[in-house]
Amino acid sequence: MDRMDSALQDLRRRVIDANAAKTPLRLRGAGTKDFYGERCDGALLDMRGYCGVVDYEPSELVITARCGTSLSDIESLLARNRQFLAFEPPAFAPDPTIGGIIACGLSGPRRSQAGAARDFVLGAVLLCADGELLHFGGKVIKNVAGFDVSRLLCGSLGILGAITEVSLKVLPLPRTEQTLQFEMPAAQALESFNRWAGLPLPISASGWWNGQARVRLSGAPSALRAARTRLGGELLDAALADPWWRSLRDQTHTFFRDTDTLWRLSLPSSAPPVAGAGTQLIEWGGALRWCASDLPAAQLRALATAAGGTALHWRGGAPGQRFHPLAPSVLAIHRRLKARFDPHRIFNPGRLIADL
Amino acid sequence: MPQAEFDADEPRWSQSDEAPAPGRRLAVAAALRAVLPADCVLSGDNELRPYECDGLSVFRQQPMLVALPRTEAELRAVLVECRRLGVPVVARGAGTGLSGGAMPHACGVVLSLARFDRILEINAPARIARVQPGVRNLAVSEAAAAYGLFYAPDPSSQIACSIGGNVAENSGGVHCLKYGLTLHNVLGLRGCTIDGEPIELGGGALDAPGLDLLALCIGSEGLLLIVTEVILRLVPKPELAQVVMASFDDVGKAGEAVAAIIAAGIIPSGLEMMDRKAAAAVEPFVNAGYDLSAAAILLAESDGTPEEVNEEVGAMERVLQAAGATAISVSRSEAERLRFWSGRKNAFPAAGRISPDYYCMDGTIPRKNLGQMLKAIEQMEHKYGLQCMNVFHAGDGNLHPLILFDANRTGEWERADRFGADILELCVQLGGTITGEHGVGVEKLNSMCVQFSPAERAAFFAVKRAFDPPGLLNPGKAIPTLARCAEYGRMHVRHGRLAHPDLPRF
Repeated sequence: MDRMDSALQDLRRRVIDANAAKTPLRLRGAGTKDFYGERCDGALLDMRGYCGVVDYEPSELVITARCGTSLSDIESLLARNRQFLAFEPPAFAPDPTIGGIIACGLSGPRRSQAGAARDFVLGAVLLCADGELLHFGGKVIKNVAGFDVSRLLCGSLGILGAITEVSLKVLPLPRTEQTLQFEMPAAQALESFNRWAGLPLPISASGWWNGQARVRLSGAPSALRAARTRLGGELLDAALADPWWRSLRDQTHTFFRDTDTLWRLSLPSSAPPVAGAGTQLIEWGGALRWCASDLPAAQLRALATAAGGTALHWRGGAPGQRFHPLAPSVLAIHRRLKARFDPHRIFNPGRLIADL
Repeated sequence: MPQAEFDADEPRWSQSDEAPAPGRRLAVAAALRAVLPADCVLSGDNELRPYECDGLSVFRQQPMLVALPRTEAELRAVLVECRRLGVPVVARGAGTGLSGGAMPHACGVVLSLARFDRILEINAPARIARVQPGVRNLAVSEAAAAYGLFYAPDPSSQIACSIGGNVAENSGGVHCLKYGLTLHNVLGLRGCTIDGEPIELGGGALDAPGLDLLALCIGSEGLLLIVTEVILRLVPKPELAQVVMASFDDVGKAGEAVAAIIAAGIIPSGLEMMDRKAAAAVEPFVNAGYDLSAAAILLAESDGTPEEVNEEVGAMERVLQAAGATAISVSRSEAERLRFWSGRKNAFPAAGRISPDYYCMDGTIPRKNLGQMLKAIEQMEHKYGLQCMNVFHAGDGNLHPLILFDANRTGEWERADRFGADILELCVQLGGTITGEHGVGVEKLNSMCVQFSPAERAAFFAVKRAFDPPGLLNPGKAIPTLARCAEYGRMHVRHGRLAHPDLPRF
């Protein structure tokens, strides 16, 4: 039996034992997102031992990797073939695992144009409470056989089972990238981002902070030249631009470092600036608003709801109340899914929803 | 143990062709008429006949009743009554589906969404459209055109198929390599559960709290909920699109050319392939100017700014040349571009023109196996004594072999059916899937037994039960029961790995 087979058997045994004893497990990759979601108690199940790229053929635009494979390994393998994960998964610390990335389902600056983590999930293998390994989706781009459980797992925070393998769609690296900078207040930036996003321009990211809007263009050099003529603005040196986008992705930007309480508002991109919600940083063309605000949770949630979106208490906040509450009909389905996939609540109990 | 829990979810409903008990139709019709306007319930044989099948007309079943609500309140009333009386509910959009997903249940109500046909809002600054499920796919792009926007997924039936049906099937089209499937272009759904409870998943923002039930419901073939409203993402219409058409004297070389384009870092907005038989069938029909001497024709589209298109078309020409294309032409005008596409878009009607009947398959395989698949299909043509013409969404490995047959000749449909099942089984063996974009419906239930293990199918039933505890939404579709798979008797193939890969299979 090879090393990876035995690593998988170890995981299965831990799960089967935990299920028999009805004792909870806390699934963990590199732990770079331990802060994310609700607190959950349980015996640590370290997923890093089951690792490595299983299958990658650049011309198929698909990579399949075991859960413990590190992001840096995947990124460097893809980069050697001039490809990348277009949802730009964040690395809040070195070095997240692909299993953790998909279980959390977070995406970086390119999300508004390229899509979210879940949009790139093609298939997943799920280690279930009874130790069975279930394959959902596959390694092809178009696949509608069976319910889309692999995408359900993306962002599930491990509450339905342990993701042991994922297949992801990859894309060619853009040939060129340039960043344009504009001095403008938030309201004007939001109006501009939305107007530009409605035009056939090669915009791959946009962000605003502290009176400055930045727009990243990706594509053929000639297309970028044409877009610059159309948009104006000031060309930002790549030596400044690339680290800046990475600082948004990985939250190393001053804005993220200097605040103890942080809200993540997911709103329609065209929603006007959220008044009274503290210092703000805007991403995703206006669809993501980070607010460093001490407002009571109920007030902030009301602001987000009024703007047509939801608010997540990213940092700080009362335990059990980080995520935006679900409507009763939606919560009922969550309960029934959890009860069927994990009847003894052994997988990350409470991590996504307090009593699930 | 969860396995035991899952097993409990196996449905217990009767076969879908078992007639309702005497008096049942009248009783259910009376219950529905008590809560709906008179013209919203159809019960006469003549009225029911048009609902007997969807786009896959070999599977027919007269429904017990048809309900045609106009409002969400009426739709909820239908669900509440059906739930109370234990009546299966089969949602239906435009009825263009190709897997029998909307085929009625003999004891059930067909819930037609045809009257939910309004575009509720085009919000140009936010680039979203809010539409009812009965709106036609193409109508969304037409309404958005005034703002320089369009709705990207474009199944070949887009003039007729409805958005609700697209959501049920997670429909694709010729542009999904670059623009994604329905899944990637739906931001939110509003719908009703079997209890008649309104439910909203997703919305105008890019993400929502909790599990991604939105992703789970897209492509769920009407088994989880009934959709009453859809929020669609609109994208800017590219300034220019151009098609490169290339001929190849060998299908294998054409397949390699597809891989070479992707390997060169190009994501064409469309990348399609036709074999000689398909080109020959459509050419007299549309006069697209196809090279009838070619073994395969590739169509590769580039869209974007004129600068981008110019660069990309040049790059694709070079790749195609190097891959051994025997002829290459580039569309010089919008009219010519549409003419190049016309044959591909009309492949299905053309099949209907050269053959009394045709059976359209819909498997996906890793692109690298295209040549192998085509050779296998050729051998199957001999085995079953039937012709097959092939069109592919080559960019994403999605095949649409069109098996030609005559339903009036004894045994031909059965042969076509087995031919199709063989193709799908080979798709699974080659690491692919039995359906890329048409759905499982009733058609591919048996093939599901090949692709999924009993535990995986049990998990699907668990998902179904979580949404639809009484199991009344489109029962008997999409997921085969253990009993059905046992009866079918073919082996579950473990994800592209054959037990004896060296044995010849066809």
